Amino acid sequence: MEAQQNSKKLLQIHKNDNVVIVVTSIRAGDHEVIDGRDITFTQEIGIGHKVAARQIKAGEKVYKCGVPIGSAKEDIPVGAHIHLHNLKSDYISTYTRDSDHAFAK
Amino acid sequence: MHSPSSSQRLEGYLRSDHRKGIRNYVVVAYLVECAHHVAREIVDGFRGQPVHLIGFGGCYPNAYADRMMHSLCTHPNVGGVLLLSLGCESFNRRRLADAIAATGRPVNTIVIQQNYGTRKSIEAGRAWVEQALKQIADVPRVALAVNELIVGTVCGGSDATSGIAANPAVGRAFDLLVENGAATIFEETGEMIGLEDVMSARAVTPELGRELKMSVEKAARYYKVMGHASFAPGNAEGGLTTIEEKSIGAYCKSGDSPISGLIKPGDVPRHGGLYLLDVVPDGEVRFGFPNINDNAEIAELIACGSHLILFTTGRGSVVGSAISPVIKICANPETYERMSDDMDINAGKILRLEATVDDVGREIYDKVLQVVSGVPSCSEELGHQEFVLTYKSFEPIGPSCLPA
Repeated sequence: MEAQQNSKKLLQIHKNDNVVIVVTSIRAGDHEVIDGRDITFTQEIGIGHKVAARQIKAGEKVYKCGVPIGSAKEDIPVGAHIHLHNLKSDYISTYTRDSDHAFAK
Repeated sequence: MHSPSSSQRLEGYLRSDHRKGIRNYVVVAYLVECAHHVAREIVDGFRGQPVHLIGFGGCYPNAYADRMMHSLCTHPNVGGVLLLSLGCESFNRRRLADAIAATGRPVNTIVIQQNYGTRKSIEAGRAWVEQALKQIADVPRVALAVNELIVGTVCGGSDATSGIAANPAVGRAFDLLVENGAATIFEETGEMIGLEDVMSARAVTPELGRELKMSVEKAARYYKVMGHASFAPGNAEGGLTTIEEKSIGAYCKSGDSPISGLIKPGDVPRHGGLYLLDVVPDGEVRFGFPNINDNAEIAELIACGSHLILFTTGRGSVVGSAISPVIKICANPETYERMSDDMDINAGKILRLEATVDDVGREIYDKVLQVVSGVPSCSEELGHQEFVLTYKSFEPIGPSCLPA
């Protein structure tokens, strides 16, 4: 994962993390080397978002700042954007504006 | 130890309980929503002057709201208080007025029903505030040391940059404040979910560690009943996926000092150190969400004696507060560019690799001393004075919560 230290766009916060953080917005078509692989991004990824630093299997814990932040819902390939679609809380599910509203049911 | 860049002498307003204020405000407090308009009209007559509006909207009694109002009206930043009552609400206005008077502060109560209604009450209120401002102008100003300060922190409008830039920098500032003898308070146990063991290990005694862990477990139970965690849709748009992830970001505001105590709204730390404020109600789930927005948390930090508040944001919050100045620390460099008028500190420099967390931590520390010395923070300058207080219920803290 040495390559990330040279990246101006991705930051690994803790050595045990399996994600890196976007610190400068990524545009579609940008290249980064992650875990020895040349990744070409196909979509925009904003500041603060997470990208898989290596292959993560379904059910595996995702680590940021050295602490588990939830479990992978599916197999996540290296370089993939990690967010609500492939990561879930181990405590309380996350509400978004698109979630079914409890009162509307 | 880090000393301020300018070795200026700090001063505070000396109160009868020996606490010292960094501001000298007249507070106008409504005791039920029905008195809110009259109170606001009185305050609006003093634009640009040190007159702030607070209040409690509920008509039915609540021990928590009562304690909050007592703590806020006798806060060291407050020099005098005007209470606005409609007349039929249940708030015990006499007991509050007596408690304020016992501290030597000027206090007056206007009961709208006995004072011939809206117009006459506004006139009487403005006349009283006018003379109260003159009366408190000669409150003694005395030397104030950093070890007499209480500083609270809160985050709002968080995105994933908050947790990697602004919050760790506030953590560094907190470490510097604690090293210099100040009391610091972090809060929102609902945002410690997932970190209960990590946090407990920092307690100064094992008994306190157990209390800290129990406070987080209580928060997790409470939020589960409410149906979702302390997590707004904007958090997800900003790249945060789970409550655990948000927790880590929130947690690093606490820095690396040992945790000296667990307090609840209205408990004032008696000596320096780092304290966790438990903001989640005790007992069965009642009255809705623990805190309906960021200002409800800020009011609780102020009720615990906070002289000022360090507020971190990524998405870009603009709020300030009544009673204690709010310093804004912006984590997201893109947000900072859009909203720099509202931001005191640009922690986005950390993401641009132009400054380290330590650099920004020292910058925040220096800003604290500057605001203490009387320089208004951005939100103060812009006139922000948000305030909210709702129904809650708490049991008193246990004996293990504040080890001597």
